[in-house]
Amino acid sequence: MGKTFAEKILSQKANRDVSAGEIVSISPDVALSHDNTAAISDHFRKIGVQKVFDPSKLVVVLDHCVPAADEKYARNHKVIREFVAEQGIENFHDLNTGVCHQVLPEKGHALPGRLILGSDSHTTSYGAFGAFAAGIGRTEMAVIWATGQIWLRVPETFRVRADGDFPEMVTPKDLILKVIGDIGADGGLYRAAEYCGSAVEAMSISGRMVLCNMAVEMGCKIGYVEPDAKTETWLQGRSTAEYEMVSSDDDATFSEERAYDVGALGPQIARPHTVDNVCPVEEVAGTPINQALLGTCTNGRLEDLRLAAAILRGNKVAGGTRLLVFPASMNVYLNALREGLIETFVEAGAVVMNPGCGPCLGAHEGALAPGETCISTSNRNFKGRMGCREAEVFLGSPATVAASALAGVIADPRTVEISQ
Amino acid sequence: MKVKGKVFKYGHDVNTDVIFPGKYTYTVKDPKEMAAHALEDLDPEFASTVRPGDVVLAGRNFGCGSSREQAATCLKFAGVGAVVAGSFSRLFFRNAINAGLPLVQSAQALEWIEAGEEVQIDFEEGVLTCAKGTIEFPPLPPEIVGIMEAGGLVPYTRRQLGLAEE
Repeated sequence: MGKTFAEKILSQKANRDVSAGEIVSISPDVALSHDNTAAISDHFRKIGVQKVFDPSKLVVVLDHCVPAADEKYARNHKVIREFVAEQGIENFHDLNTGVCHQVLPEKGHALPGRLILGSDSHTTSYGAFGAFAAGIGRTEMAVIWATGQIWLRVPETFRVRADGDFPEMVTPKDLILKVIGDIGADGGLYRAAEYCGSAVEAMSISGRMVLCNMAVEMGCKIGYVEPDAKTETWLQGRSTAEYEMVSSDDDATFSEERAYDVGALGPQIARPHTVDNVCPVEEVAGTPINQALLGTCTNGRLEDLRLAAAILRGNKVAGGTRLLVFPASMNVYLNALREGLIETFVEAGAVVMNPGCGPCLGAHEGALAPGETCISTSNRNFKGRMGCREAEVFLGSPATVAASALAGVIADPRTVEISQ
Repeated sequence: MKVKGKVFKYGHDVNTDVIFPGKYTYTVKDPKEMAAHALEDLDPEFASTVRPGDVVLAGRNFGCGSSREQAATCLKFAGVGAVVAGSFSRLFFRNAINAGLPLVQSAQALEWIEAGEEVQIDFEEGVLTCAKGTIEFPPLPPEIVGIMEAGGLVPYTRRQLGLAEE
């Protein structure tokens, strides 16, 4: 009987043959934490171990509230900088680097076959590189630091097969929103989502990251795309470490398979206040917006910014609408600057912010007021998510967000004329 | 272990943002202050009316969303004796176990139990008693029982490492 990717990786790491449903004790290859590193260090000190198990396996990125919004956040960052210095953690990326889920791949930590655990739910993103990558809590991250060990349940795996060619202005974000809308916020609970099919094979690494990033929004433990030549090309120059490409056997047991023809797909929107409240953009087109948000770990990469800039170029953001742009990393920012995309955003009337999580979780920078509506490329629209429980957040693709920013209402990007 | 308390009843997909808003995650650390924000964006009355031992009841996918473990610990600090739900998000499940917050998984509970009703939960027996009758629920996997028994992952780890009780 064949094994899934998840069963193979966890068998390898646990040094025994395991199948879905079993619980294993393993040691991660990478342990990621971000602004919550200070809180984790409190738990770590309570355990009573002096030194982390292996400083080279820890990666710490400041991104959730950067630069610090006030003294409390500043104190939090200070504790983190002192902790990484004390523990000799070399993979520390301060606020001038970017969002952790973009930084880890860029710095060569997200490699095929690696087991990556992060104290952030969107750690699932690295499945785009063929890694087993899952989110965990703060206390258990502290225990990993202390002991190098953690328990994990081996997940069942279901497949999402996507074939066909994306129509103009339709993106991987629209595909994953459609999938989440179909399967529901708990449809993938405790399971692994494996994305396959010709549309996934043809998809950029950036697009694959969108699929894996949002796997957690349907309850999944991990998202995964089988690594290929495109993965290897992407990693060239970013990592010199060895890695093993691990994939599911043909005769592995999958709990379910869902098939999509992306050629028949249109832009999708997740309406307030759940990510699975999905509809075609036509159903909500015309809804007035106050803010449009382009960026975050879901859609702040160069291809996202290029798509949005193509729509915005030569046009102006509608009066009464604020467009905020958050490149996913300083590297993305620099490339966007060199390509002239930043100039396009500024000329269109957008506010270009520093790379970071921004208002996605309502901590600072661009929070909403009561009665306001935002359309965002981010991954969550829960009540209160952008800092205010009386505000509404709609989720869509970079194309939909850019088109909506120009219109001042939710707009179908296929109806926008692109002036070159 | 036994729990007895009044039920606060909610629906499906109660997410971590409404349990403990993101704007507090890096700045609110004091247990009392965390408890004061528990379920703030879902039920603003909850924190001021919950009593030790009370039970949070919900439907499918309780605690979906973020990995923030304050979603579990703020409920514990607020005195919640147990969370009963049709299912739990995997991150909330882990965080609750690690914090020593008892969980009961039951699809039937939401149908049977009314808001404000008093229920009793016996974790050794795996039985929840409510006005409409008794509901049996499955025990935790044996690998995880030890963590709950120790009172959470930190005391469990200290015990494993041979360090003295806190």
